[in-house]
Amino acid sequence: MTSIVRNVGFGIAFACAASAALPAGAQQPGSVKLGIVTFLSGAAAGPFGVPARNAAELTIEALNAGKLPAPYDKKGINGLPIEMAIVDEAGGTTKQVTEYRNLVERQKVDAVIGYISSGDCLAIAPLADELKALTIFFDCGTPRIFEERSHKYLFRTGAHATMDNVAAARYLVARNKDIKSIAGINQNYAWGQDSWGDFKASMLALKPDAKVLTEQFPKLGAGQYGAEVSALLVEKPDVVHSSFWGGDLEAFVLQGKARGLFEGRTVVLTAGETAMFRLATQVPAGTVIGARGPHGVFAPDNALNKWFRAAYAERYGAPPVYPSYKMVQALFGLKLAMEKAAGGKPDKPATDAVITAFEGLSYETPSGRVDMALGKGHQAIQDMAYGTFKFDAAKGGAQLVDVVRYPAACVNPPEGVKSEAWIKSGFAGAKC
Amino acid sequence: MQKIYAILVDGTVYFSWLFIVSMGLTLTYGVMKILNIAHGSFYALGAYAAASAVGAWFAGNLPAAGSFVLLVLAGIVVGGGAGLIVERGLLRPMYGRDEIVLVLVTYAAFLVIEDLIKLVWGVDPYFAYQPYNLLGRTSIGGIDFAVYDLGLFALAVVIGVATWWALERTRSGKMLRAVIHDREIATAMGIDVARVFTATFVIGATLGALGGAITAPAISVVPGIGVDVIVLAFAVSVIGGLGSVAGAAVGALVVGLARACAVHFLPEVELFVIYGVMAVVLAVRPQGLFGRLAARKI
Repeated sequence: MTSIVRNVGFGIAFACAASAALPAGAQQPGSVKLGIVTFLSGAAAGPFGVPARNAAELTIEALNAGKLPAPYDKKGINGLPIEMAIVDEAGGTTKQVTEYRNLVERQKVDAVIGYISSGDCLAIAPLADELKALTIFFDCGTPRIFEERSHKYLFRTGAHATMDNVAAARYLVARNKDIKSIAGINQNYAWGQDSWGDFKASMLALKPDAKVLTEQFPKLGAGQYGAEVSALLVEKPDVVHSSFWGGDLEAFVLQGKARGLFEGRTVVLTAGETAMFRLATQVPAGTVIGARGPHGVFAPDNALNKWFRAAYAERYGAPPVYPSYKMVQALFGLKLAMEKAAGGKPDKPATDAVITAFEGLSYETPSGRVDMALGKGHQAIQDMAYGTFKFDAAKGGAQLVDVVRYPAACVNPPEGVKSEAWIKSGFAGAKC
Repeated sequence: MQKIYAILVDGTVYFSWLFIVSMGLTLTYGVMKILNIAHGSFYALGAYAAASAVGAWFAGNLPAAGSFVLLVLAGIVVGGGAGLIVERGLLRPMYGRDEIVLVLVTYAAFLVIEDLIKLVWGVDPYFAYQPYNLLGRTSIGGIDFAVYDLGLFALAVVIGVATWWALERTRSGKMLRAVIHDREIATAMGIDVARVFTATFVIGATLGALGGAITAPAISVVPGIGVDVIVLAFAVSVIGGLGSVAGAAVGALVVGLARACAVHFLPEVELFVIYGVMAVVLAVRPQGLFGRLAARKI
């Protein structure tokens, strides 16, 4: 018996030692290895994760081939080819923490670009500093990341959710001066809670006499919204706000439309762009749609966007949606920061030099200008836009009309000011 | 008053859905003593099959009314087929082992089926909204409801009555109840328990898939939709008493009404209320509302 235990113990110890000694993902000498984390399974894969993964593959290939317009025409990053290690974001925060450690400590990536879920971002943020690993959040929206503490090794190249909701409130109030009541239906986790908090505060700042009639927070992935739709119909608000995304968003649109929720009131879907093409015939006319920044249908007609839109549509057979644009922003930001830090030398720059170069960086992307203006230069701001949905078969189906653009300084708090306090101050210092 | 109407209708609609998806789980447990984690996968399979079938139906410009029959057929065919494969291929060699081992086997089946779904359908969402819109809406107490949702109640009643009739009024049902009460004695009386097991598992899987198929028109069919269903169905079954069909009905009704009340009066606790009800029931009646206390066999 003792010998069996000893043999089993030896076997386990040997297996552990052998697996630790083996390189998990050997890096080619003279390359830049990136860990890309995005949803490849689960409900967020279709609308967010896979379009982001597609954008990463497409952009990295184009960068390695040196086929992009200036200032991204230098091959790879600083002349070094880019390697990619893709990780599925599904599975919860505990799994993500393990996967992140694996990328940094075993796979020895030069930087991690990833995270769509605000919950995952909140879990990874302290770990980035602990492991001193250069990390770029490309999509998650909670403003808390840089408002609650500073992070040296962490950057977020997409704007946080405050501007989605401030701009939504500005858009609604400008189009209808008679809004008397609002209601919300948002997912019950950091993203939904923060989005609704910012929207409610913004509406009350712009329309102090507006009443909040009901605040619904169904579980993420609930899928059945019969009772919530009833609650909204009973209360009869002028405006319904939702930051739903993915399957939840699509189910809410189908169920709400079937019961007349979108009639006689304005429904604003801050992340609606990912569903508007797929559900083109089902999204009711008059729905206010956002894309979490000037992405997708709101993107400018610059040279980078011309390349990206055409190349993406050609390869994947569909136009890129906002998570694709935000992935490109992250890759471009990192490339510029690393090349700036290298200072013309052919080697890979030190992480501290990249951080210094990244802080406060301003750069062009397919979505227009990105300014790393908040969070001591670690948090991006961008312009924001909203439009009103209309289905026009003659013009190719899903359309956005009455599009209004808001400068970044109009819908984002100034540096050093927390979003909540800024909104409550009546948007002090906003430049609209 | 409008709120009361809304709570009653919302609670009834949610009850109908919960009852359909949880009855298969509780039936399987009652007969086979297997907590079938793969039930959520059967639900997902039903939803995907229905969405694909309905999509093809409307793409072919076939009569719209036929899509309702197609939904039910898709659920029955895919659920029955998948149930048979899992029972014959995975569970049968494991019978006689500890209940925990069988739970792990069904969990493995759940993971395999989830990946198979991704392999076949990919990660993009599927829609089958046409049947949901076809029936229009009706007003109850001044609130509009989708007629399709109200139709779920009729389907739940049909399934409930059919199950009761099959269990109580047919020879096969009596044999099945004999297996539920005492497997050993049933075997000694000449009942082919292995056959009863196969039939029960296939019926349970079919009910799960049917639940997914009839839900597909109201949702976006995406990977992972079966995960929450198994948790909810388990909660309902535990409240009612694992293995009791009447318990599944009462459990679903209690959960449906409690959730609707929470959404209308205290939305903050909506997430908690289902498990709150479960905790209270288990504290008072650990065997569930309709569960029977059984002496442990040594």
